[in-house]
Amino acid sequence: MQEITGSDQTFRRALANGEIALPKCDSCGKFHFFPRVVCPHCHETALSWRRASGRGEVYTTTVVRRRSEQGGDYNICMVELEEGVRMMSRVEGIAPADVTIGMAVTVYVGEIDGQPAVLCRPVEG
Amino acid sequence: MTGDLRGKAAIVGTGHAGFGEARGLTAYDVMAQAGLAAVADAGLSLADVDGLFCTMMEDSMPALMAAEYLGIQPRFVDGTMTGGSSFVNYLTSAAMALDVGLCDVALIVYGSNQRTASGRLVTASRPPEYEAPYKPRYPISAYAMAAARHMHEYGTTREQLADVAVAARAWAQHNPEAFERGPLSREDVLAARMVGDPLTVRDCCLVTDGGGAIVMVRADRARDCPKPPVYLLGSAAASSHRQISQMRDFSTTAARESGAQAFAAAGVAPGDIDLVELYDAFTINTILFLEDLGFCAKGEGGAFVEGGRIAPGGVLPVNTNGGGLSCVHPGMYGIFTVIEAARQIRGDAPGQQLENIDLALAHGNGGVLSSQVTAILGSGNTL
Repeated sequence: MQEITGSDQTFRRALANGEIALPKCDSCGKFHFFPRVVCPHCHETALSWRRASGRGEVYTTTVVRRRSEQGGDYNICMVELEEGVRMMSRVEGIAPADVTIGMAVTVYVGEIDGQPAVLCRPVEG
Repeated sequence: MTGDLRGKAAIVGTGHAGFGEARGLTAYDVMAQAGLAAVADAGLSLADVDGLFCTMMEDSMPALMAAEYLGIQPRFVDGTMTGGSSFVNYLTSAAMALDVGLCDVALIVYGSNQRTASGRLVTASRPPEYEAPYKPRYPISAYAMAAARHMHEYGTTREQLADVAVAARAWAQHNPEAFERGPLSREDVLAARMVGDPLTVRDCCLVTDGGGAIVMVRADRARDCPKPPVYLLGSAAASSHRQISQMRDFSTTAARESGAQAFAAAGVAPGDIDLVELYDAFTINTILFLEDLGFCAKGEGGAFVEGGRIAPGGVLPVNTNGGGLSCVHPGMYGIFTVIEAARQIRGDAPGQQLENIDLALAHGNGGVLSSQVTAILGSGNTL
């Protein structure tokens, strides 16, 4: 019996291996995110996976304000990857309010609550 | 809808219930009280209702629950869920159903007891899978990121955002039905507790109970109802995404499309509109929708609202009941944009009644800037 691996599973398995895999349409050549079985740009269904370069830029950002006894403030951002897709993420390593739109970031696989997750850190220098 | 439906159906009754706190009542109780008020306003009874248009946050089949509660067996039901825009969207489907005779009396109805039941915004939707791990606070994180982007691209300021809240409060101070009527200054908004940068708690809508209802009939029957009919001249919907991470341009909404289509159907332009009622879940909404609906150019919304220009005595009356920011916000505010527009046109607005309101725009927003629905309503003079 053939086991079917869905697009969501493929992404998550790659993430568990420390890789950000992005679906790319064989027909129009554009990337998309979130993973799905049809290209949202041209509606063709032949898709391949590519490893993200890890280069990205903050498209927009906010700070979720939270009492310090509950863990304090944290960042939520939309990161635009070099491949042209956007996803929700968090910039780590700097104060949440210091994250700015247009900031160049390195996108990597980190952890949130013990689960692998796409995170960002400011590009050095 | 297209121009073929222009003026074919009219709002002949409006009702509301449980504004602020409806302690001890269920969401369906509030829904029923609003519905009863609307059919009475139309000179009808619940037994006349044969078309039901309803969604609520309580259940996966709220329209059926509402019909059952009201003891009616509608021959046409629309429970399409597009969030807070749903009730503006129902104006289109009600007009269509009435026009082809699928129903004769359409009741659009909604109720919520979120404030007394839980004290916070109630939602029946799950956090999106690819967003949930980052623990965004819905819906504010989404709107905060739109506000941040608008500020970045166009230089919109926190002061301009604050002025939206200040204008809403100034209207609410005239409205005995409004929940928050105390004084509110720009400085108060800026100094309030930051919830999701750049939005403070005063940039956010209220969390209240409340229900609203609208009765629509065909134009020929509308003339026999006790209140002056308010005609649906044009309406249109557009949706751009469901999850905020899928929104292509955080500073431009699908209101650009819904507005253009609604204006085309009604045969009017933004400059003709006497009154604007927008779903102001957050202060950024008002700025985005004024731009996208064509009341000012993209990027100029901040300057457009600054210094009382949309407040009483300003250049354009916007959210004259006090809006979701100061009047009522039971979770899905859209229906109240239509109710306030209809009452201003009829001349029985609860707060400051404006003179000579013939053309009004009501705009609903659903999800996280996801669904945009625009309706243009007019008095008999506009037919």
